[in-house]
Amino acid sequence: MTESTYRIQGATGEWEVVIGLEVHAQVTSNAKLFSGASAAYGGEPNSHVSLVDAAMPGMLPVPNRECIRQAVRTGMAINAQINKWSRFDRKNYFYADLPQGYQISQLYHPLVGEGAIEVTLDEKDPDSLTRSIGIERIHVEQDAGKLMHDQHPTMSYVDLNRSGVALMEIVSRPDMRSPAEAGAYVKKLRSILRYVGSCDGNMEEGSMRADVNVSVRKPGGELGTRTETKNVNSIRFVMQAIEVEARRQVDLIEDGGTVVQETRLFDPNKMETRSMRSKEDAHDYRYFPDPDLLPLDLDDAFLEECRASLPELPDAKRARYENELGLTAYNAAVLTAEAETAFWFEDLLGHGVDPKQGSNWLLSELFGALNKLGKSLDESPVSPAQAAELLKLIADGTISGSIAKLVFEIMLETAAQGNMKGAAAIVEEKGLKQTSDTGAIEAVIAEILAANPGQLEQYRGGKEQLFGFFVGQTMKAMQGKANPGVVNELLKKALSS
Amino acid sequence: MTDLTKLGVAAIRSGVANGDFTAVEVATAFNANVAAAKVLNAFIVETPEKAIDAAKAVDADRAAGKLLGKMAGVPIGMKDLFATEGVQTTAASHILEGFLPTYESTVSANLWKAGAGMLGKLNLDQFAMGSSNETSYFGNVISPWRRNDGGNAALAPGGSSGGSSTAIAARLCPAATGTDTGGSIRQPAAFVGISGIKPTYGRCSRWGIVAFASSLDQAGPMARDVRDCAIMLEAMAGFDPKDSTSLDLPVPEWEAGLSGDLRGKKVGIPREYRLDGIDEDIAKMWDNGIAWLKDAGAEVVDISLPHTKYALPAYYIIAPAEASSNLARYDGVRYGLRDLPDGAGLQDMYAATRAAGFGAEVRRRIMIGTYVLSAGFYDAYYTQAQKVRALIARDFENAWAQCDLILAPTAPSAAFGLGEKTSDPLSMYLNDVFAVPASLAGLPAMSVPGGLDKQGLPLGLQIVGKALDEQGVLNAGLAIEERAGFTAEAEKWW
Amino acid sequence: MSVDKDTVNKIARLSRIAISDEEADKMVGELNGILAWVEQLGEVDVTGVEPMTAVIPNHLRLRDDVVTDGDVREKVLANAPAREGSFFGVPKVIE
Ligand SMILES: [Mg+2]
Ligand SMILES: [Zn+2]
Repeated sequence: MTESTYRIQGATGEWEVVIGLEVHAQVTSNAKLFSGASAAYGGEPNSHVSLVDAAMPGMLPVPNRECIRQAVRTGMAINAQINKWSRFDRKNYFYADLPQGYQISQLYHPLVGEGAIEVTLDEKDPDSLTRSIGIERIHVEQDAGKLMHDQHPTMSYVDLNRSGVALMEIVSRPDMRSPAEAGAYVKKLRSILRYVGSCDGNMEEGSMRADVNVSVRKPGGELGTRTETKNVNSIRFVMQAIEVEARRQVDLIEDGGTVVQETRLFDPNKMETRSMRSKEDAHDYRYFPDPDLLPLDLDDAFLEECRASLPELPDAKRARYENELGLTAYNAAVLTAEAETAFWFEDLLGHGVDPKQGSNWLLSELFGALNKLGKSLDESPVSPAQAAELLKLIADGTISGSIAKLVFEIMLETAAQGNMKGAAAIVEEKGLKQTSDTGAIEAVIAEILAANPGQLEQYRGGKEQLFGFFVGQTMKAMQGKANPGVVNELLKKALSS
Repeated sequence: MTDLTKLGVAAIRSGVANGDFTAVEVATAFNANVAAAKVLNAFIVETPEKAIDAAKAVDADRAAGKLLGKMAGVPIGMKDLFATEGVQTTAASHILEGFLPTYESTVSANLWKAGAGMLGKLNLDQFAMGSSNETSYFGNVISPWRRNDGGNAALAPGGSSGGSSTAIAARLCPAATGTDTGGSIRQPAAFVGISGIKPTYGRCSRWGIVAFASSLDQAGPMARDVRDCAIMLEAMAGFDPKDSTSLDLPVPEWEAGLSGDLRGKKVGIPREYRLDGIDEDIAKMWDNGIAWLKDAGAEVVDISLPHTKYALPAYYIIAPAEASSNLARYDGVRYGLRDLPDGAGLQDMYAATRAAGFGAEVRRRIMIGTYVLSAGFYDAYYTQAQKVRALIARDFENAWAQCDLILAPTAPSAAFGLGEKTSDPLSMYLNDVFAVPASLAGLPAMSVPGGLDKQGLPLGLQIVGKALDEQGVLNAGLAIEERAGFTAEAEKWW
Repeated sequence: MSVDKDTVNKIARLSRIAISDEEADKMVGELNGILAWVEQLGEVDVTGVEPMTAVIPNHLRLRDDVVTDGDVREKVLANAPAREGSFFGVPKVIE
């Protein structure tokens, strides 16, 4: 990371901001952490709720293996200590979205201990320095339900569909020093979760949200009192919340006030953080081991399966793309930054496409087209198999690169009409196959040379840059269908004769 | 025709199976007794039609030549801590008044599957917190027993399963479910001269039982004799994947394994249970018990359970701590009572609802539990208590090197009068001094009648066994039962 | 350790149990009596003893990740003291 130290300019001088993040990531699973109800997003209110989730008298929790497995795999992906022996504790507090009156979580013995992730401020800049951000722990816990405040003048409505869905709480060390660093951390974390498949990383649907711990101090001085801004649900908001909260704290201290350790809420419309009074007296959570559950004791076979099922992770993949596939550092970085891109790319290679050709086409042609369509790679109208068909037509000389652009355009157009035509079919139908017929090409070259005596004279007089001009003219005359290699060869011969 | 309500589980089952009488006749007879005993206040809800329906089904099965279940034709009382689908389930608390579960507890479902029928929901101490059944929102249960002093002082039936003990002793049902957290099956059984067993923690599913203290709660049968307990426990027990603490083990055939022959068994007598100033009648009954077990062939050895005196204080930290959290769900949002004072916000609603809904003893225990778990006190109280609990379990482990079973009194006294101990919570808690250690260690323990005291009131002998050795406990209980010749009954006055 | 009235009020608030002044006064004595009694646990030497976690040796079983429950809205809402359509209603919470 380039050492551009982030400082807040105050009346009394410069201030440093110290940031730690607690990211809540929803574990990808079919059923909830302790009940058999669906963990799917959405649904009619209170339709994904079992009697366990509604905390009916006498209902008991039974843990979902997949949720434990995904948290362990996530821990392994950040090289963290996996605790074979862990335990569930109850965090006791009263709120309408918490039916049991406690959240089953882990305090004393979390499933995953100390780890770290490598964070690069600008993933796409190969020169950007990388820093290691410590992860203190990952524990597994229940999500709460949802309250709706706008349906009735004097009542809030409770929907328990989210109640009991499995979350991983990923707690960082207070290792970050700027909003940008925190943003890059969340981005990298999200990327790892998506690679592992333990969380879909969808911040809009709340699958990932961050509690942002912020304090300020004079550079290198004693740590200040921190505040916790809850449930920030986008990377941009994380960065903004840090900025405004740090600024608030600096102003407060410089005005002679003191920062209170409290829970706050970020309002992106007003660009401010506010104290959450409703949570104020909830500080004494009376954690104790959940007596409805036994300690979690994982065996070696379970851990081995978790490790064996881990995919290649972004850092390793990036190195391999550079070193083994011979891609540029930039291409390798961009292809691996998001799991979807890497998986799409590898799917393409699986269809026999050359890595360099494939990466260049994906990053320029496909990304360009998706950009215009306002679509993400997931929503690409062209599948890796269909793209491979197109790229192979270039590779085997059937069409030229410029004709390929045209073919791709037709593919997208027909896709938009709901019935995409394949590359080969388009080439066939439109007669776009390039010609390698030397006689025909030679005839055209002769015409071009005859029609441009001035340029010919200049070329022969030593202005060799004009070679490209003759190539262009020839290709144009042949409507792009001439084999560029053959054109080059024949032109050289004709020009030097 | 014999009075069918004089019969126990085994006799009813075989009578029905043999065609001596019908299950409907049995249910009808017990329904009549229930209806005639309202003054005892043993039932919160009576369900005569349920008892009849179950009996009809059994009679029909028998007529069709189908195989009958372990409890076929036996109508029972269900402690109102078990959720029963469509039948009010309250834990004897105002906060659950009117609550109609949409589900059936595993244990009660097992019993219905075995052919039992439900006479009604039995009164208990509120949320099973109490030793005299004086904390129920639905009023005290009155023991059918009276002292032989000619007076008619109302006596405690024990608690928390006081409705169960009274109903069996008064022949309102041949058997009933109980739950035992710190003696709540054994102590009430002792107070009314019946038998009851708390199995090993994890034998009976806790799913659908209103929780008091999760690490201690265990369901078990209460009945007139040891065989009836064995039959009913077989029907109640079994692995339940819905309870994470359920034991994944087959249910032994305890009834078939019953034997009062204790040759080769060693019975330990814990010296720490011989408290200073132990009641003379209790001491005498205990000595009788020792003699009976010797007569049955057992060798009696002196043992030490050195941490006994700390069991009760440890219990009164652990149980309230768990309860304070388990009872947080009663908040007036999803079911049960809601008290919403004018202009109250959510948190005020909680406080008002819980103040109005919980009785004094429940509030007291929630407060104790909240305090011992609160910041700064957790280690001093809760962690220390869990360590002491581990030492108490270790005491038993050490004892098993010397003996197979332990014999002790169930309670330090016979039944006391209603109101005698309510002003001093501590004196009430002390009533469970002999029952709590086995609860803390999760061990099977049983109370069987051991005789009468000077006042003519029943006393109970307690047998504690190794984990999973319910058979050993039942067999020792049977050996005592065969020798004690306990036939005393409360004289009917209701 | 002994509790005073402020502490009793604080515990009552944490427990979400409304308590009157007289009740709080009474509770001070009751709680102190019980706490003084349980404090004898402090005299037990627990050096090297792990707090009990499972009373009977058993291990935590894990469930398969299959949807087997939920979609029982009527059962979930059947006992609601203030049902609002498909929701539970509570007094408005202001954030
Ligand atoms: Mg947090
Ligand atoms: Zn959390």
